[in-house]
Amino acid sequence: METLDFRFTSTPAPRASDPALCGVVGSGNLEILVQPGAEPATCVLTIKTSARGFGDTWRAVLGDFAASHPAGGTVIAINDMGATPAVVTLRLAQALAEYRGGAQ
Amino acid sequence: MNHALASRHSWFEASARTRLAGLLDAGSFREILPPAESQPSPHLAQLDLPGAFDDGVIVGGGRLSGQSVLVAAQEGQFMGGAVGEIHGAKIVGLLRRAVKEKPAAVLFLIDSGGVRLHEANAGLIAISEIMRAVLEARAAGVPVIALVGGSCGAFGGMGIVAKLCSAILMSEEGRLALSGPEVIETVAGVEEFDAKDRALVWRVTGGKHRYLMGDCAALLEDDIAAFRNGAAEFLAAWHEPEPGLACLRARQSVLEKRLAAYASYRDGLQVWAALGIAQPETVPMLDRDSLVALKEGLPT
Repeated sequence: METLDFRFTSTPAPRASDPALCGVVGSGNLEILVQPGAEPATCVLTIKTSARGFGDTWRAVLGDFAASHPAGGTVIAINDMGATPAVVTLRLAQALAEYRGGAQ
Repeated sequence: MNHALASRHSWFEASARTRLAGLLDAGSFREILPPAESQPSPHLAQLDLPGAFDDGVIVGGGRLSGQSVLVAAQEGQFMGGAVGEIHGAKIVGLLRRAVKEKPAAVLFLIDSGGVRLHEANAGLIAISEIMRAVLEARAAGVPVIALVGGSCGAFGGMGIVAKLCSAILMSEEGRLALSGPEVIETVAGVEEFDAKDRALVWRVTGGKHRYLMGDCAALLEDDIAAFRNGAAEFLAAWHEPEPGLACLRARQSVLEKRLAAYASYRDGLQVWAALGIAQPETVPMLDRDSLVALKEGLPT
């Protein structure tokens, strides 16, 4: 297992009252927990992943996410069991939508 | 595509959280120890494996057709729904809460291969504590209803737990047994049991076989709404009996007769023929309603 920490500048997201969880820690999948954070224009991420050595890929995928979505003011924790970048991107968008009270 | 099929939401394919959302009255679920407040397994972390925030089980309260119920739902996609220390403690805590709160029932959405072997003794102890807690809830008059229809079925310690519940409601896709197919093949050889023969696995452990044998109280469609309606209907008609020795002796006698009658058989097909089913080979392809009608027509 490898633990990775990232911080990205991101457009502030409206502060939600409840944390949001989506996904499952199953093969090729991951779970994402989005909670409110202290810094309005920063997205703070911690990843625990079963696949070692993919830090650069995570940085690229998460950086794209923070640049293209209003994820500022969130703390995001991820438990990963070998999800591909496409799955990670879709789950992040889903988790943020649920956090913001968005559509199912 | 068949319209009825298209409007169905498979229980088998759904995650534990999706099952709960569809099982309980809309918006009524309140989680105890939600992911943000729970902690992942320390044992898995020591083994350098990623955990899950809820340790693979969701516990809480809600309403089923207006009645107050407590619920525990295992997530089969996380480590095969296996029971670790925190996972087990959450279930035990919920069952003990049921003794105090006396809800209409505890609904136990089982989807598990049994003990999480990574956690060794902690997992084994957790299973034994769940067994005791199920019996204590039932002794307090609270029915514990097992719902089995996930990809991991109910095996190992969770197979025993399922049988300790007041009743089991099952889909054809669900499986129930003690040792799982791979375990039997590993221990006794492929001649004893071929775990790769999926049809055989279901003919011996699957929901239809369990229903024909009387091991589950109802056979449900693989549909979240069918589980909701099935659980509500079962609960409306169920009165939790007082625990008693006479009842256990009667049950033991039934099991002894069953062992004597079927112990030599190798396949569900042989058992179904012995039950009086004229064409046992047609059973795997029957739909749910036809199978229920077939069972009702069997000699008792």
